Amino acid sequence: MDHFPTNWGNPRSEDVDNYNTYPVASHIGKAPHSVTQIAGFGHAAGHPSTHTQQPVVTGTSVLGLKFKGGVIMAADNLASYGSLARFRDVERLHKVADFTVLGASGDMSDYQYVKHLLDTQMIREYNADDGNTLETPNIYEYLWRVMYNRRSKMNPLWNTFVLGGISQGKSFLGAIDLKGTPYQAPSIATGFGSHLAQPILRKELETRGGEENITEEDAVKILKDCMKVLFYRDARSMNKFQLAKITEQGVTISEPLSVETEWAFAEKIRGYGA
Amino acid sequence: MFSTYPGQVIVDHPVKVPIEHRFDPYVDNGGTLLSIAGKDFCVVAADTRQSEGYSINSRYVPKSVKLSEKTVISMGGCYADCLTLTKRIQQNMEWYRHAHGKTMSTAAVAQMLSIMLYQKRFFPFYSWCILGGLDEEGKGAVYTYDPVGSYEREVCRCAGSASSLIQPFLDNQIGFKNQESERQTLALDEVLRITKDSFTSATERDIYTGDYLEIFVITSDGVQLTKMDLKKD
Repeated sequence: MDHFPTNWGNPRSEDVDNYNTYPVASHIGKAPHSVTQIAGFGHAAGHPSTHTQQPVVTGTSVLGLKFKGGVIMAADNLASYGSLARFRDVERLHKVADFTVLGASGDMSDYQYVKHLLDTQMIREYNADDGNTLETPNIYEYLWRVMYNRRSKMNPLWNTFVLGGISQGKSFLGAIDLKGTPYQAPSIATGFGSHLAQPILRKELETRGGEENITEEDAVKILKDCMKVLFYRDARSMNKFQLAKITEQGVTISEPLSVETEWAFAEKIRGYGA
Repeated sequence: MFSTYPGQVIVDHPVKVPIEHRFDPYVDNGGTLLSIAGKDFCVVAADTRQSEGYSINSRYVPKSVKLSEKTVISMGGCYADCLTLTKRIQQNMEWYRHAHGKTMSTAAVAQMLSIMLYQKRFFPFYSWCILGGLDEEGKGAVYTYDPVGSYEREVCRCAGSASSLIQPFLDNQIGFKNQESERQTLALDEVLRITKDSFTSATERDIYTGDYLEIFVITSDGVQLTKMDLKKD
């Protein structure tokens, strides 16, 4: 149905370039004054504009766990191109502020863009020189708005972000996905980690009676164990990862490290074509 | 040979068209909410689980927010939409307070919410809203909405993932539907008992409901919040 009264009773104009505008016209093959034209779709070259439809270079799971006096996070250093282990020294944990760390899984170019956005925002706050800095919950709110607005434009940033930090003496751990869904929890795991690591993290929290009963050393061990499990079963993971620790003392992001693995059992596995 | 008309393009080979994957901006984060109006009180209750598919994102993400001393809003559906809508309501209520020097009444918030939902008629907020509070006469009021802003004042309503389990129970116990006994308005302790029973039972059968229950009781004294455990499996 053509809703524009001026077109009623006239010959259909979809197939006619009335004003010889090709290739400049953004609405070739469309009725002039059509809804799509008004909504601003299309591109000046006569081609439709395209949005991110799928991630390309991806990072796998990010883990986060609260402990007494802080938050610890982990992510490996691999950026995959499909099943190809493409980049093996990528840092997926980023120090955003003095007490805030961002961890990213999903599309790595979208992650770099978000890093740029956040760093820009932190510099603007620094330049204001008004004695205020953005704290973890503020950065989280900003990140949430960015993610939600992009999904509302049907052009999402293809990531699940984990944000950890300390603010006003309270530890903070939250996640945001490509649809702008925000949630906070004492333990968070994205991607494959939500299936393999999150049950381990939740069990540790439950048996110990909450984050207040987990020491920093415990937290490091728990996360290393989780990274080992992920390395054993997640085919897009790598035994080279970093840990980020956020306490009242500030942020420390470790050098890349690895865990001891045992593959002798693999000899005995039968099936799967072996 | 089949008949043609001048200018017709005949395609006798398969056409290669790229497969288009459309991004779905919505996600159902589950959760159940409920509100019951009494003579001089209103109860708003919701569980705190947030899910995505078969995974639990978090065990404690509150769905209900106190808007004023007389009004509480509760929402389920797409959590990102719900939180955005809640913040917009709060913003508008603050503007109203600065403009008129008074807090918005429950009925005013109710109509505003309907308009705000309808404003996004062609890209709706995926949110099931229930507004509970006291009206201008101090009586309990429950307003229920669909995602595009149709709304109605009712006595009791359950929405969200376990609504099909709880609503018939409320119709029977609060609305006295299909009952021989005389219809009556229930006291607060009865309403709280029915609310808690509704959620403990729904938790048994609905995987998207559980973890904790938050109950808001709105009376002329203000809003009181109590928390209760639900099963975490």
